Formats: sequence, structure tokens, C-alpha cells
Amino acid sequence: MDFLVVQFLTGLASACSLFLVASGLSLIFGVTRIVNFAHGAFYMVGAYVAYVLTERWSGALGYWGGLLCAALVVGAAGAAMEMALLRRIYRAPDLFQLLATFGVTLMVEDLVVLLFGPEDLLGARAPGFKGAVEILGQQVPRYDLFLIGLAPLVLAGLHLVLRRTRWGILVRAATQDREMVAALGVNQRWLFTSVFALGTALAGLGGALQLPREAVNHSMDMTIIVEAFVVVVIGGLGSITGAFLAAVLVCELNAFGILVLPEVSLVLVFAVMAGVLILRPHGLLGGAPAEARAMRLAIPPPWKPFTSAERLWVVGGLALAAALPLVAGAYALTVAAEVAIFALFAASLSFLMGPGGMPSFGHAAFFGLGAYGAALAVSGAGLPMAAALLVGPLLGLAGAVLFGWFCVRLSGVYSAMLTLAFAQIAWAVAFQWVGLTGGDNGLLGIWPEGFARTPHGFYWLALAICATGIVLLRILVFSRFGYRLRAARDSAARAETVGIDRMRVQWAAFAVAGLFAAIAGALFAFLKGSVFPDTLGIPLSVDALAMVLLGGVETVSGAILGAIAYKLLAVWLISETDQSKLVLGAVIVLLVVVFPQGLGGQITRWRRPT
Amino acid sequence: MTALLDVRGLSKSFGGVEAVRDVSFALAAGELLALIGPNGAGKSTCFGMLGGQVRPDAGRVRLAGADITGLKPRRIWARGVGRTFQTAETFASMTVAENVETALHGRTAARSAETRRLLGLVGLAAAAGRPAGTLSYGDVKRLELALALSNTPRLLLMDEPTAGMAAAERTALMQLVAGLARERQVGVLFTEHDMDVVFAHADRILVLDRGLLIAEGPPEAIRADPQVRAVYLGEGLTFSEAG
Repeated sequence: MDFLVVQFLTGLASACSLFLVASGLSLIFGVTRIVNFAHGAFYMVGAYVAYVLTERWSGALGYWGGLLCAALVVGAAGAAMEMALLRRIYRAPDLFQLLATFGVTLMVEDLVVLLFGPEDLLGARAPGFKGAVEILGQQVPRYDLFLIGLAPLVLAGLHLVLRRTRWGILVRAATQDREMVAALGVNQRWLFTSVFALGTALAGLGGALQLPREAVNHSMDMTIIVEAFVVVVIGGLGSITGAFLAAVLVCELNAFGILVLPEVSLVLVFAVMAGVLILRPHGLLGGAPAEARAMRLAIPPPWKPFTSAERLWVVGGLALAAALPLVAGAYALTVAAEVAIFALFAASLSFLMGPGGMPSFGHAAFFGLGAYGAALAVSGAGLPMAAALLVGPLLGLAGAVLFGWFCVRLSGVYSAMLTLAFAQIAWAVAFQWVGLTGGDNGLLGIWPEGFARTPHGFYWLALAICATGIVLLRILVFSRFGYRLRAARDSAARAETVGIDRMRVQWAAFAVAGLFAAIAGALFAFLKGSVFPDTLGIPLSVDALAMVLLGGVETVSGAILGAIAYKLLAVWLISETDQSKLVLGAVIVLLVVVFPQGLGGQITRWRRPT
Repeated sequence: MTALLDVRGLSKSFGGVEAVRDVSFALAAGELLALIGPNGAGKSTCFGMLGGQVRPDAGRVRLAGADITGLKPRRIWARGVGRTFQTAETFASMTVAENVETALHGRTAARSAETRRLLGLVGLAAAAGRPAGTLSYGDVKRLELALALSNTPRLLLMDEPTAGMAAAERTALMQLVAGLARERQVGVLFTEHDMDVVFAHADRILVLDRGLLIAEGPPEAIRADPQVRAVYLGEGLTFSEAG
């Protein structure tokens, strides 16, 4: 019993930093409608800066001043990012800002290693809060008690600022109706910049406050960003109190989940999030109206099937691709096969996001399930490659049918966040169910057979399957089903009044997208000869998102271009430089600024000059 | 004879606000029935309850004797009800012709023939290839009508069908609708702000004020009704000015 109380207190203490990060994320999303993927990076930078400052400055004043200064530095960096980068792309389609902030995240991950080194840094203890207090016969760190007290104070402070100051009223008004605030003649630029400054400063403070609790390291950002997303979604976008409640909920689930069900502790949090969203589709304290306009992807101009000349180009391109083994060596063919696989993966996400109108932050779930399906068919059931390629993707299809059923019941960013949660559940299962999946060690020895054993043989197989898959997806876009799907996206109300079952059509689209992603995943397992949990991971989901957005979500085939460009760039960078993330992130940021409609959107403009 | 549409005791509250209170009326096949009232009278809520977008708190809606209360819009559509929306609810990423074809059911060839016929009917034949997202407001209303007619409905619900149109266009559109009502015995319920349109085309008028049905009858009777005059005079609008 006493032990449970202490565990409860530990959970509360952990909730403090998470609440700070999540409330900043929530504020920023509420006002600017930007899902700031770089929020975790700001948290991490906060921890690093706090480490450096507290090492330099001595005494209690130096320590606490260092933590506060770290928050201010991060807030200034956040404002700088908003002014230098995001201001240029507010008019771009919604998810472009997410992509830009993802590019920043990649850059920061490499930069901190460059500046501070790759090893973990252990910060000093907080003056005045060293040691532990005995509560019910158990030792509780003093610093934990400090954090438990601090979180409600920050909540109260934010409340005061939001309720009692003119700035706070503007922030709340903009969260409710951004267009109306603009119409009232408020200086939006200043409002957005200041919200970014406060939001990122909160993240920085969250990171700085972790200094006495955990070692500062260069992968802190990914862990916190996923948890912060979960907290913001459970609490309700734009609600600070909701973020507080959800942070406590999540941290307590973590604290007790580890005691009760250590194997599924990761799954637990995401399962609770899915449950909350099903019961309260806008989170615990979130409201509907602000979100409704939030993530509406730009409605593209009418699509046209390729003209015969354009078909010739495609056939010519495929013929060239098929002739690649005549000139390319084994390594180049392996890379080319990987590009083909990712083109299909990106095309499947593009199908879901474009005609389906359903952005997904967790599309790797289906890719990874397909990969595990194929690998288990080989290593578990002993099936040959051909059979594994047929059976494997069915696992991805099953996942898509299951997850899709939930996702089509939510809208916009909530649906996208739910996909992220499901992908994390799938990842956690693969990671923790060691008996079946080998956990972190993965499944090995999944090699192709027969003619596909050679690099050119496998390349042809991958090219044939992926090209067929992409053509099928394109045919589907221009089919009756594709039109009904776009109808449901363009106007749900009208679609229902002409006899289209919106949820069923979108659910079917989810299944289709999941199936094709899983086919790509199954091929990927044979390409690599192994499967690891990262095939389900967030970085892979974001890669797919980057490919689709760079290609242009409002085009049918842009994702293919995006996948080829992005994958080649990534492979080349990894071989050329140790700072591949830094360069890749910079390239993403640059592309987003130069081509806010994506590469495919640019080509559409050339195709149809207005 | 059973009425085409029979509404009994329909009520709906939002929070504490009673948007529609105990509204009952009937609509015969081939009849043009106008639902009028000041802003906030409950017209759109009424429409939503008939079309399935809003679930009523109480009351019954019967279509040709069959209970359709609280059915999903899709099911109501399947029973032969077409509707237009006050705000544009078209498929903005498609051309005008693709909009109508998507709404139609049946074989491909039959769909494109029917699309041409419907677009000709509402006067959009020349705009068939244009993106629906670029239409003028009046043309959006025409497309809305074509979409509402796509399942050859027996009941047509039209929320502000002529808003944003010039006077001559309004008359043409309402004559078209009246023609459909007479020839095919389609029942038409429409809301309208323009009293010209209402008094020129409606066979009968329902007047809604603050959720209550305060008058019902042919145009002449409504024009003379002192209670109706009071409601509209309260808004500073007289029928001599408006109609």
C-alpha cells in the first residue's frame, strides 16, 4: 500500500515536465493550427542548455537561474523558428508546417551531437532539493515533491495569463476562431510569434527541469514528443487544463502499468488514448469547432487521367527502370529496389491522404505489419517466399481494417493522432512480445529464393510488384470508388444525401491503403533479410509523410516522385556524411520553403498553366 | 389520401434553447410549400430534422405513410428525398459533370446520359467541365438542385434555393421547380428569404417564429394575417416593400 502511494507520487512528479511540454504544444496548435513536431527538440535543447549553464554558474542562484535562462533561450529559438521559417509557409497546405518542423527536428538531433557530444550528460542535483524525504516509510526524492508542487502552480499561472491579460484573451479567441481574430484587426504575426515563444519556452523549461532526474541525451526528443501528442489529444487540443489532467493520467498509467503489466505497459497508454477518443472524440476537455477547420487538406483541382502522351512517358520510364540491371551494380540495384518499395509505400499513404482526405501519422504500422507478416510466414510457418508475399500483407490488411474502424469515426488531426497511437501499439507489441517477434533482436534469415536471390532478380520482382500496385492505386482513384471517396472528403453532408456511406467508403480506403503499405513492407522484409520493430516506428511513418507532402498531396502520382527523391537523398546522405540528419533536415526545410505545393504540385502547374 | 410528407409534433432544443417547438404540417404530392420566418426562427433546424442531419427530440416524420424519423440522411435519400443546402455542399475537387455523375447510381452509360439531362435541366450544360470549386454562387445553387434531383426524388427539400441569384434567374429556377412539381407530382418544401419568390411560387406558406408555427395557409391569407405582419413588421419589413 505504502509502495503504491510512492509510485503514485513518482507518477505525479513525472507529469510535471510532460505537462509543460504538452501545454506548450497545445497552445501553439490552438492558435496557429500547427502540429509542432519540433516541440520535442525544443525540450531536448532546453535540457542541454540547462546542463551547460548550470555547469558554468555556481550556487543556488546560478542553478535556478540557469534553468530559467535555458527556458528563455529555447523560447527565443522558438520565436526565431516561427519568424524565419513558419511565417513563409502559413499559406501552404496544413501538414507542410508539420513537415518543416520535422526537418528542424532532424537538424537539431544532429546539432546537439555535434555541439555536446554523443554521450549522456549527468547534470548536478538541484540545490535545496537534494536527498529524499521519508513518506510512509518509503524514500521519496525531495526534487519530486518540488515538481509535484510546481505543476499546479504553472497551470494556475497559465490560467491567469490566459484569463486576465489582453494577450491571453486574444490567444483564447484565436483558439476558438482564428479567422475572426484576424478580421478584428489583431496583429496576427505578433500573436503567432509570441505564442510560439511561450510554447517553446514551456518545452524548454520542461527539459531543463528534468536535469536532476535523468541524464541528458540526444534521443530525448522522440520519447517526449510521442507522449506529448498523446497528452494533448487525450486532454483536448487547445485546453491547458485538459493537458494537465491527461499528463497526470498518462504518467500514472506508466507508473502503475509497469508494476501490473510490465509486458504491455507501452500498449496501455495508447489503448487508454484510443478509448478516450472513442468516447470523447475531441479529448477530455477539447471542443469541436476549433478543430473542424484545422486539418482540412487543400482541396485540389479536378484530377485527370494521364493523356496518351503522358502514358507513353510512364511506359518509357518503366522500361528504363527495368533496364537498370544492364548498367547498375549490386549495391545500386539494392538501393533501387528500396526506392521502388518506398514508392509503393508512399503511394498507399498518398491514396489515404489525398482522395481519402485522412492524414495519417502512423502509416508505418501497416508497412511493419506486412513485414512481420511475411517474416513470420517464413520463420514461423516455414512458407516459401511467394506464399509469404501473399500471406504477409494480410496481417497489414487486418491491422488496417481494425484501426481504420476507429479512425474513420474521428476527424482531422484527431484521426491522424489516433493512427500514431495505433502505430505505437503495434510497435510496442513487436518490441515487447519477444517470444513471437524476437523483440529488439528482430526476425532474421528472411531471404528471397529462386531467381529473386540475385540483386537484379529481386529488383525486377520488387519493381514489378510495386509498379503494379501503384498502377492499381491510380486506377482506383479514377474508379467509381475513387469518386465516392473524394465525394465523402469534399462534403460529408452532401455525400450522405446522395446515398454514399461516408464511414464505409473511408473505412474501405483505409483497408486499401493498409494492404498496399503491407505489400511494400513484405517486400522490404525480403530486401533486408530481416525485420525489426523500427519498421513500425514513428521515423518511418514521418518518412512516408515527408515523401507524400514533398511529392504534393493534391496530386495523384506526386508521392512517387517524392519517394524517389527523398529515398535517394537519404541513402546518398547516409553514405556521404556523418551528419546525414542535419543535411536531410535542411533539405526538407528548404524544399518546403521553395516548393510549398510539393514537387508534384509544381509539375501540375507546368502541366496545366493557368 | 395520405399526405406525401406528414410532420407531427416535431421539437428540438439545443442546450436550453427550444429551436423548434411542436411543429406539425402536411405536404401533398405536387405541392410547393414555403417555410418562412425571421432569422433564427428554426427553419434550418426543421430542415435538418426532415433530412436526417438533426435528430429530433420529439415528434414524427412520415413519408408517404412510412416513419422516417431519425433515420440517417442516406436512408432518407434512399426513400426518395432530395435536398439542397443553404451553404454550398458540393464536391469541390470535381467538375460539375463529375459531381452529378458521382451522385447518380446505375451503369456508366446511363449515368452520363442522365448527367447531361440534369445539367441541361438546371441550365448548367455549358459549365459541365468546370471545377465545381470555381462556380459562382448562383451556379452552385443550380448544381445543388441537380444533385438533389439525382435520385428522381418524390420530395424535394430546398434550403434557400435562390440565394445569390439575380431576380430573373430566381424566377427561372422556381418555374423549373414548379414544373417538376406539377409534371412529376414531386412535393417541394423550401425556405426562402425573398418574399417575391415566396408569394409568386408557393401554393401554401408556413410561418415559423421562434420555433413555433404561427400561421399556415395560401399566400393571400398569409399576406393578410395580422400576426405574421407583426412578426415581419417587427423586423422593419413590410410585405408591400418586400412583395
